Amino acid sequence: MPTLVSHPEEVRIVSSRFGQGAAEIDRYLELGGYQSVRKAIDQGPDWIIAQMKASNLRGRGGAGFPTGMKWSFVPKQSAKPKYVLVNGDESEPGTCKDHLIFLHDPHAVIEGTIIAGLAIGAKMGFIYLRGEYRYLLKIMEKAIADAYAKGFLGKGIFGSQFDFEVVSQTGAGAYEVGEESALMESLEGKRGVPRIKPPFPAVVGLYGGPTVINNAETIATVPHIFRIGAEEYAKIGSERNGGTRLFCVSGHAARNGVYELPMGYNLKRLIYEVAGGIRDGRPLKAVVPGGSSTPVLLPNEIDIGLDFDQVGKAGSMLGSGGVVVLDDTVCMVDFALRTIAFYQHESCGWCIPCREGTDWLKKTLTRLHAGAGEMRDIDNVRYLAENMLGRTFCPLGDAAAMPTIAFVKKFRQEFEDHLDGKPCPHARHTVPELAAV
Amino acid sequence: MSATTLPAPFAPTIFSPELAARFDKLVTLYPVRRSALVPMLLYAQDEIGYLSDSAIAEIAQRIGITELDVRNVLSYYSMLRTKPAGKFNVQVCTNISCMLRGGRELLEHCERRLGIGHKQVTPDGVFSLEEVECIGACSWAPAVQVNYDFHDNLTPEAMDAVLESYRAKANE
Amino acid sequence: MADVTFTVDGRQLTAPAGTLVIEACRAAGIEIPAFCYYPGLSLQAACRMCLVRIEKMPKLQTACTTPVGEGMVIATETDEIKQARKSMLELLLANHPLDCPVCDAGGECELQDMTFKYGAGGSKFTDIKNHRDEQQWSPVVFFDRPRCILCYRCVRVCNEGMDVAALGIQFRNSGAVIAPNDITSLDCEQCGMCIDLCPVGALTSDTYRYKTRPWELTHVGTICTHCGDGCKTTLGARREENGMQIVRGDNRDKSGMNGDFLCVKGRYAFDFANNPERLTQPLVRQPDGKLAPARWEDAIALVARRFREIREERGGAAMGVIGSTRITNEEAYLLQKFARGPLQTANIDHHRTTDYPGFVKALGGETAHFGSIADALTAPAILLVGGDPTEEHPLLAWNLRTNFRHNGSRIYIANHRAIKLEHQAKATLRISYGGYADLVRSLAASDDASLPAETAHFRDALRAEQNLLIVFGAELRGDAIAPLIQFGLSLPAAKFACLGDFANSRGAMDMGLHPAFTPGYQAVSTVGLSLPQMMDAAGRNELAALYVVGDDPVGRLGLAPESLRNTFLVVQDMFLTATAQVADVVLPSASLYEKSGTVTNTYGDLQPVKKAADTTGVRSDLELIIRIADQMGEDIRALVPFGRGERGDMGQSRGVQSGEADRHAVWLAAHNLEPKLSPFDPDALLDEIQRLVPGYDVDRFALMAGEPQPVRVAAGSNFPVSTGSESIQPANDTLFTSGTLGQYSEKLTEVNRFQAEKTLVAAG
Ligand SMILES: Cc1cc2nc3c(=O)[nH]c(=O)nc-3n(C[C@H](O)[C@H](O)[C@H](O)COP(=O)(O)O)c2cc1C
Ligand code: SF4
Ligand code: FES
Repeated sequence: MPTLVSHPEEVRIVSSRFGQGAAEIDRYLELGGYQSVRKAIDQGPDWIIAQMKASNLRGRGGAGFPTGMKWSFVPKQSAKPKYVLVNGDESEPGTCKDHLIFLHDPHAVIEGTIIAGLAIGAKMGFIYLRGEYRYLLKIMEKAIADAYAKGFLGKGIFGSQFDFEVVSQTGAGAYEVGEESALMESLEGKRGVPRIKPPFPAVVGLYGGPTVINNAETIATVPHIFRIGAEEYAKIGSERNGGTRLFCVSGHAARNGVYELPMGYNLKRLIYEVAGGIRDGRPLKAVVPGGSSTPVLLPNEIDIGLDFDQVGKAGSMLGSGGVVVLDDTVCMVDFALRTIAFYQHESCGWCIPCREGTDWLKKTLTRLHAGAGEMRDIDNVRYLAENMLGRTFCPLGDAAAMPTIAFVKKFRQEFEDHLDGKPCPHARHTVPELAAV
Repeated sequence: MSATTLPAPFAPTIFSPELAARFDKLVTLYPVRRSALVPMLLYAQDEIGYLSDSAIAEIAQRIGITELDVRNVLSYYSMLRTKPAGKFNVQVCTNISCMLRGGRELLEHCERRLGIGHKQVTPDGVFSLEEVECIGACSWAPAVQVNYDFHDNLTPEAMDAVLESYRAKANE
Repeated sequence: MADVTFTVDGRQLTAPAGTLVIEACRAAGIEIPAFCYYPGLSLQAACRMCLVRIEKMPKLQTACTTPVGEGMVIATETDEIKQARKSMLELLLANHPLDCPVCDAGGECELQDMTFKYGAGGSKFTDIKNHRDEQQWSPVVFFDRPRCILCYRCVRVCNEGMDVAALGIQFRNSGAVIAPNDITSLDCEQCGMCIDLCPVGALTSDTYRYKTRPWELTHVGTICTHCGDGCKTTLGARREENGMQIVRGDNRDKSGMNGDFLCVKGRYAFDFANNPERLTQPLVRQPDGKLAPARWEDAIALVARRFREIREERGGAAMGVIGSTRITNEEAYLLQKFARGPLQTANIDHHRTTDYPGFVKALGGETAHFGSIADALTAPAILLVGGDPTEEHPLLAWNLRTNFRHNGSRIYIANHRAIKLEHQAKATLRISYGGYADLVRSLAASDDASLPAETAHFRDALRAEQNLLIVFGAELRGDAIAPLIQFGLSLPAAKFACLGDFANSRGAMDMGLHPAFTPGYQAVSTVGLSLPQMMDAAGRNELAALYVVGDDPVGRLGLAPESLRNTFLVVQDMFLTATAQVADVVLPSASLYEKSGTVTNTYGDLQPVKKAADTTGVRSDLELIIRIADQMGEDIRALVPFGRGERGDMGQSRGVQSGEADRHAVWLAAHNLEPKLSPFDPDALLDEIQRLVPGYDVDRFALMAGEPQPVRVAAGSNFPVSTGSESIQPANDTLFTSGTLGQYSEKLTEVNRFQAEKTLVAAG
């Protein structure tokens, strides 16, 4: 079982039930569970959405879209059934927070799903976990079955006139399926290729019906907002960035782990105080602040607040909350290649710039890495990434391009040091190829 | 096809009665039958070890789509395979967080220990090895999954113990 | 929809709301490059070639998915966009084998053209390209993976256009690959649409592969010689020792009424023309009983002499003429004229596969109700009684599917067997094989309580239709047709089409290759013998001469060869058919691809055919008829109105012939047409057909421009009670057969065998 960490600086809201046995429904109830949904039933959709807006909760999946606003886009009337879709595909390297939520607090996800359903008028919710999380699916499935047994799901939930069904399932290994429309395709039994937008999911989503899709952490946060009160929740965070979020510290920090901190918490403090600084007291070389798709920050760029706006201003992104800490032992060409190899492997292959771009980035970086590069290869890497940026069918292409541009821009010298037959010590490592061949 | 116009439960099956029953239920859970496809493929693989031609054929029939459709989908997902793996599929993450904490060394260690490389199976069929992308255990890196079980914060020594425990299971 | 106004590159444009930017721009002559966008197929937005800048949008947008909006300001040619296009091409070329010098698509490749236009000629990339070996997926389809740019056109046309779904996409990332349904081969209709739509040379056809360069070919657009739908096909021919040989059929220019559609026959089954068994020399039966090659002059002289002798000795009633469903209208017209004139016989017929006279009779002069193949593409509702368009009328099936996909048309099917089009049907009624007449009667009848509920439902749904296209197969004949027509005419607006089997089945009938009708369904006073009656008469030694032009009654009807022993039998054909084998004289004739003229498809669309190829040693049926008549000493000007019309007497004498010639000259002048200078010019006969055959006086200019012209034949007066429907024999061809001709197409035979094996395997 993953180790839980704690630190006095933490503000534990979403993680408040971690390690408390809340996966058992009775324990969850003891800890105040399923109270928020009752409140939501009493107050009705407009109130729910107003509260969500007031909470300043922004999506924890990566893009940070205001959740209340997203819910309000769903048309009131719809010929087709509406759905709530929980994105638990968590596959962005550096991110492992939804993992803990499913493990320790599955009922919070169910409760949040029902509240979202009440808000938009959906009668069915889906909780989609990445395929690797099979053991978490079992926990989720049990939680759902227990909720049905108690009458919290099914017909006339909590004795109200509302019906609500929840189904959970897993994918089977595909990062791209985390993209919202690709997730819908996957859930419809298809290849995880994203859809053309518009129409957006709020209008035409799963099975063609209006759909709210939210990250598992976003959804698990919802019941807490109604427990604490939306204004109170908003106050915890920074401007326009309500509440807390789970930061997954990994890499070379002394105390890796998932910490819950207020939005806007200082990145430098997160690394040096909360996570105990760099292991063995080594110098910090770089930080990837929000999962592998976010541009790398230099040590002098990390004195910033961790919220969507401030990290954006610093030229990177808050992303999925995966803070990857790199000490001075890291070769940035090596790191860049591993990052690109991932995006190459995970590209769905639909559009030219991503499919071919990631492939050629990987090929070129592999050669650079092996010490067989030329100066123009470094320029080509940047050229490729810049020509992918903003032109791909879905943001995966950007997710590959953005960090690449930052690596070359900020660490060009390291790339040049690999020229003239000076391979990276790690150059003999191969990169994964596609499964099922 | 809507859930209400189901064909009768599929009679001759290559799957165990439990799994067949599960499949019968699975296709009714969703607004469309096809939504059961990805989970079905995974469960079928869990039972048979891989997705054989006959498994593909039966699943296609159960869902009411073509075998081509099934192949299009299954080949997309990296956890699905059309060739057998070992009884215990050792999946070593080498993505960034694990890489920074020795994931690649762990992979090499496994290669040496098991005498096989990426996507290979030991001659006794007990282990197969796979280098995989991030498995969502970054803060507890380096991490390995054996089949669906996670093993976190590994060192080569700890990895040996993990492998030993599976070998013992195989010998049971 | 209302129009919206927007600006593209500084030009103000308007288009109906909802129009895609790419279409709106194309309509205004602004080219936006695209690989994955293909009109009529679902949108992909995958190739990213069509990116444009739209004001107020943060990123470049795909013109292929963005509808124009009021006030939209669009830029399509900025440096940013040029660079975006160039970089997409660089990426595509990076992994492309660049084997253009040997690639089938070389010179006709969209990737080449785009690279030429948008740059990316130089390569930045030096790493090894990804490679996969070529695969052969069927007797006709090859796949060269490295050339594929993954535009998904093939997958979509197979899924959406063909409703076959034999192609899919497997794996992901740069490993994504187009894959066939039978793992390593294709189990499908083998239409080759995937090859046609492929913008590069990834999908190629066995018939064309590595054969030639496109610029070495002459390309001639003509009409397919196989089924009754009459698709336009562009034939690419190349000079060979024995003439101009066809090496390719396609319709990439979409110029025909079939748009980009062709079926397996139209695309590949032209190779019968190159079959080594092709006859290229006249054959004459020798005293030893064997057929031996003869000189043209001798063979024709012999035929002419014997025809004249027999006519004089036994009279025209002892002679018979059998025409073809694959000759041109001009030839069919001339043949019946030759039979009724010089041969003085009323015994004339052809292989009839459906009851056009019955149809015309049932319409009783209503000419406004003929449906055309184009109606199948637009009609809001279609009733299909009998027939199986997927197998027998592939273009009709394609149009019905397209109509359903684009317009949500309602398709009603009544059939005695399951047919594939039922996938698109709103309602399907299964009836017994013998139940067609009853069905149509119950449609027409006033409410009948005894009707089964299903039939009543079906009928009620049909009665609610305002615009119904009614298509019926050969299952309905004779008197059974009338109630259906009557039912249709009771609706606010209905159109009709009757399904017959071969390229010019309809033309053969319209041109009077029938014992009871002269051209245009004008009843004759003395009805001659029908085809089966002629064969019977021959068996009774009552038929002294039989002239068979492009048919094989002996083979088709399984007749005993001896039954023709006492008949002087002349056969004009491409092959030594069973009939030709017992002939006294065999004259090698040209195929439909080797001559010009017109044909009429089963819906009554008149189209020009153009000579695309030739085979040394053969002659057109038109020429042969004329030469025989000439050798018989007939006045050719009476048969073919060529020359300057100097025979005209300006109306002073009332002789039939001179009056006709005069009227012909006046008609030519009125239609801005020149008198023809040669008797072998089929246009001379077309002039006469247009002038004399009711319904055929179509817009000549539009016809020659390649626009199908609807013919509106009407029943003449004194329509006979019987239309001779008892001698109708449907061809029962499948997608992979085509009457006698099909047996001589090696490719079609191979495909047929290939697919038959697949069916066997599937059946276990
Ligand atoms: C390539 C790609 C992968 C993504 N993966 C995930 C994921 O694993 N989990 C997730 O919640 N969101 C993921 N997203 C974001 C989703 O598309 C979507 O924005 C999110 O689920 C919305 O939830 P939120 O508003 O609660 O953040 C991904 C997006 C892209 C483009
Ligand atoms: S950017 Fe294109 S190829 Fe990449 S994952 Fe998105 S759609 Fe697929
Ligand atoms: S990088 Fe290995 S689990 Fe995330």
